[in-house]
Amino acid sequence: MARRGPLVGEFFMNGDIACAEGGISAGCRFFAGYPITPATEVAERMAARLPEVGGTFIQMEDELGSMAAILGASWAGVKSMTSTSGPGFSLMMENLGLGIMLETPCVVANIQRAGPSTGLPTLTGQGDMMQARWGSHGPYSIIALCPSSPQECYYLTIKAFNLSEQYRLPVLVMADEIVGHMSEKVVIPPPEDIPLTPRRQPTTPPGEYVPFPPDEDLVPPMANAGDGYRFHVTGLTHDERGYPVMTAAAQDKLVRRLIDKIEVNKADIIEIEEDGTEDADVIVCSYGISARVSQYAVELARGEGIKVGMLRLITVWPFPEERIRQLARQTKTFIVPEINSGQIVLEVERCAGGKAETLLLPHMGGSAHRPETILEAIRSAVK
Amino acid sequence: MNDDGSEQTQEMDQYLREDRMPHIWCPGCGIGSVLHCFLSALVKTDIDADKVCVVSGIGCTGRAAGYVHLDSFHTTHGRAIPFATGLKLANPELQVVVFSGDGDLVAIGGNHLIHAARRNIDMTIICVNNFNYGMTGGQLGPTTPLDARTATSPSGNYERPFNIPYLAAASGATYVARWTSMHVRRLEQTINEALLKRGFKFIEVIAPCPTVYGRMNRQPTGMDQMRYYQENSVIQHGADPKDVDIDLNGKIIVGKFIDIDLPTYSDLQLRVEQKAFGPEESKGEAVKKKAATAASKSK
Repeated sequence: MARRGPLVGEFFMNGDIACAEGGISAGCRFFAGYPITPATEVAERMAARLPEVGGTFIQMEDELGSMAAILGASWAGVKSMTSTSGPGFSLMMENLGLGIMLETPCVVANIQRAGPSTGLPTLTGQGDMMQARWGSHGPYSIIALCPSSPQECYYLTIKAFNLSEQYRLPVLVMADEIVGHMSEKVVIPPPEDIPLTPRRQPTTPPGEYVPFPPDEDLVPPMANAGDGYRFHVTGLTHDERGYPVMTAAAQDKLVRRLIDKIEVNKADIIEIEEDGTEDADVIVCSYGISARVSQYAVELARGEGIKVGMLRLITVWPFPEERIRQLARQTKTFIVPEINSGQIVLEVERCAGGKAETLLLPHMGGSAHRPETILEAIRSAVK
Repeated sequence: MNDDGSEQTQEMDQYLREDRMPHIWCPGCGIGSVLHCFLSALVKTDIDADKVCVVSGIGCTGRAAGYVHLDSFHTTHGRAIPFATGLKLANPELQVVVFSGDGDLVAIGGNHLIHAARRNIDMTIICVNNFNYGMTGGQLGPTTPLDARTATSPSGNYERPFNIPYLAAASGATYVARWTSMHVRRLEQTINEALLKRGFKFIEVIAPCPTVYGRMNRQPTGMDQMRYYQENSVIQHGADPKDVDIDLNGKIIVGKFIDIDLPTYSDLQLRVEQKAFGPEESKGEAVKKKAATAASKSK
């Protein structure tokens, strides 16, 4: 058996495998995970691929351990990721919070299935979107990306790594079972064509290094363990030295920065795709597999002469508030199909602020929407 | 414990964050003595302190990471070991020490403890056992002896406690020892030996918690508890870990119980990789590559 480096070329692969290959291309060299349907193939691929590129795979005893281990690996200076689905995602919330507090770059891929609880392990869902935003305790901001295809699983995993290094936090790739398990063409460019964001290393010598002095864009440089910086980091509220400070003032300063570093850089982070939204009477706003079904419904509606636009959220968190506000002033109705009982629709409705009507098309999970359901909603909206 | 000489004390001071003193530990608490033993043991090795990482969970002992002038991580409750696993496997050059309490490592973190031991991950665990959850006010823990009174066993504990050395040994730890915080020199020697050995090394240290546990159990000062250790500790190297249970006010069997050599997780991983890919590209090279990857990221 020969070691292969990062793959280059055109491949037929499913979204889970594309997600793993995206990690490899992004420089991920540590993966800790726990088997869970429908995300297991990400771990299996990493188990096969990481030894080929000099990386380390470990199957942990649970998802609590998986999330903790990728944080440790990241502090050792190695890009790290894990993958999971609903039940495991719930367990990861604890150390996701630690990753946010310690400002630790890493990537978590959630191949969503239908819940709650064990739910439908082999069938799709999009019910973890609000958990992605708010699932760990306390106030914070997060970045979450939603792929609609295996190609995007590849590309968005790389983007997730880049954003995690840029802003120093765990970044979530929120795929779903259908996208994870569908096989399509995935193009993997040569490594030199893939821009990678380097870690912000300290520029001060070890004696002068403090872990969290805010840079101009609120993201501090990060020393690796073992490089002589002798830093301390804690999940407790801390000051710029990384030392615990148990006051409301320290909490305010720290948590505001953790939130602001995402909020003020939203324009750099947010990626959305629009099709025919400019003069649309109705806009279908969706993400993941639901966006693909929506796109088809939009095309059918246009065939009937309806002025309908498509807004696909690639970045779901931070939420593209500004654009929704703008669109709300020029359209009559947003239709939001999602495979849950209404999560992202709450954000759309909030941003629309009553200037446009917002209509939820819920689906409790187990399959995607029928295009006819969305088409019918579009027809009704313009009646 | 001050017979080490001032030179060593000075050397040790480099490893303490003096700007974080005074520490939070109560008068009579044993954790400070254990930290002293760890640092004096470290001084007596030739380990590059820049490569030492201390990882703690939550609780009184969990605060130890905050007081050492080493790369140190105060993580989440119970998750010090998996965090440390990530550090160690991502950079095998690191000397990883997990310094935490019995509640953290054996109750909420029990699953991680047994699996890291089973895998024989190369790390040193220093587990300070004070028989209760001190920081939250003295509730019963996984090690509280039967009949001991705590805030959540006000009439006496009726849960059977873990015998931690037995748990660690049965799970696959290749080095298992126990001392009390009274045995400072023996503890220092043991930690020193553990730091220089490869494998999953587990050291339990029985330590006083006069403020909450002691007060509830007729040992209201640190000195009372130390006297109890002095009168009831029995040094028994090589004792079968299954025989080292601790009863309320009973004898405490201390010593080195297990010291064997088995391939570590990384050794076995390397063996499989060499079989799969041939010996020409060893894990050593892969590790160098990893280091190069890490370095290239800084450019």
